[in-house]
Amino acid sequence: MAQRNPYDVLGLKPSASAEEVKRTYRKLAKRHHPDLNPGNKAAEEKFKEMSAAYDLLSDQEKRARFDRGEIDASGAERPQHAYSRYRGFAEGAPGAKYRAAEELGPDDIDDLFAMFSRSDGAQGRGYRGKGGDHRYTLGVDFLDAVNGATRRLELGPGRALDLIIPAGVENGQVLRLSGQGGPGISGGPPGDALITVEVKPHPLFRREGDDIHLDLPVTLPEAVLGARITVPTVDGSVSMTIPPASNSGKAFRLRGKGVKHADGRRGDQYVKLVVSLPETSDSELAAFLKEWGATHPYDPRRGMGTP
Amino acid sequence: MMDFDAVIRTIRDIDAAELEHWIAARWVRPEREGGHYMFHDIDVARVHLIAELRHDLAIEEETIPVVLGLLDQLYALRRRLRELGQG
Repeated sequence: MAQRNPYDVLGLKPSASAEEVKRTYRKLAKRHHPDLNPGNKAAEEKFKEMSAAYDLLSDQEKRARFDRGEIDASGAERPQHAYSRYRGFAEGAPGAKYRAAEELGPDDIDDLFAMFSRSDGAQGRGYRGKGGDHRYTLGVDFLDAVNGATRRLELGPGRALDLIIPAGVENGQVLRLSGQGGPGISGGPPGDALITVEVKPHPLFRREGDDIHLDLPVTLPEAVLGARITVPTVDGSVSMTIPPASNSGKAFRLRGKGVKHADGRRGDQYVKLVVSLPETSDSELAAFLKEWGATHPYDPRRGMGTP
Repeated sequence: MMDFDAVIRTIRDIDAAELEHWIAARWVRPEREGGHYMFHDIDVARVHLIAELRHDLAIEEETIPVVLGLLDQLYALRRRLRELGQG
């Protein structure tokens, strides 16, 4: 976007003296400084434009080059600073640090809000507002989400409480802690703390609804001959029998071993076998299979069509 | 978080004596850790604001507490309004 002529921005004649430039900029900046005009987007844009113009015109060398036409108005672009505007912090939670505590505490402010009384209120004294809700995000381990847990939660300096994570809580679910949010208005009830749960993934288990899915590696002999094997579940290991000739991909259901809920509902766990060869190649096995394969041909890709 | 020297380096047009003075006047209130000042983001932004008020806007030193006091009240109100708006 083309920059406006810096003289026009500040409303100056090209013959203006350095002192005039400074005085004019100060006068305008006092009116348009964005931290003195929070919430006024137009003031911020205007201030940016003015600052850029002033940067150019207050630098004698740059100003001379601009007057000679060697640089355009954008040559005055203010470098991006590593810090942000004060108001961005002052309006958020950190701003409480510079609260003018003695002069105007939260209670005084709430009295101001009480002026917006509802005249039809039964109490006559009017409006008691509920405080604002505070939002938090909490990362929860997969197994804690499935089984339930209690977690200590820091809600700010010197404020902590024990949060009960109910069994079966899902990723993205919001837990509400009544009365743990912002203070109420003129004696109204406090707001709530709303905690969004982020369930972390588990290296073994996957969750689909209330069911848990697990890929379980088995050895070649276990798959061919059948075996009794130990299977991890979300609440400890159980033993499971796999019948002889159980192929890779075959799934078993462990009833009632899925996600449990407070009301007693409980999902299932599905165990899918993954036949796994020995980690190092075995010449004996290879020799056996070479001979066996020659006399026992079979085609698992039958029915996939010919390429 | 920034220490004292980093703030001096980051913000143009201020020197150590000046920043010391602002801290002594409690215009900006960094944390003190083992004899060192530590500035949170909001503290750095506030130093920047004070620098602009003093130097760019040429607001007199004795006027700064008035400006900051009014700004602190303005932002306290805006924070509270925001909180209520979220309720």
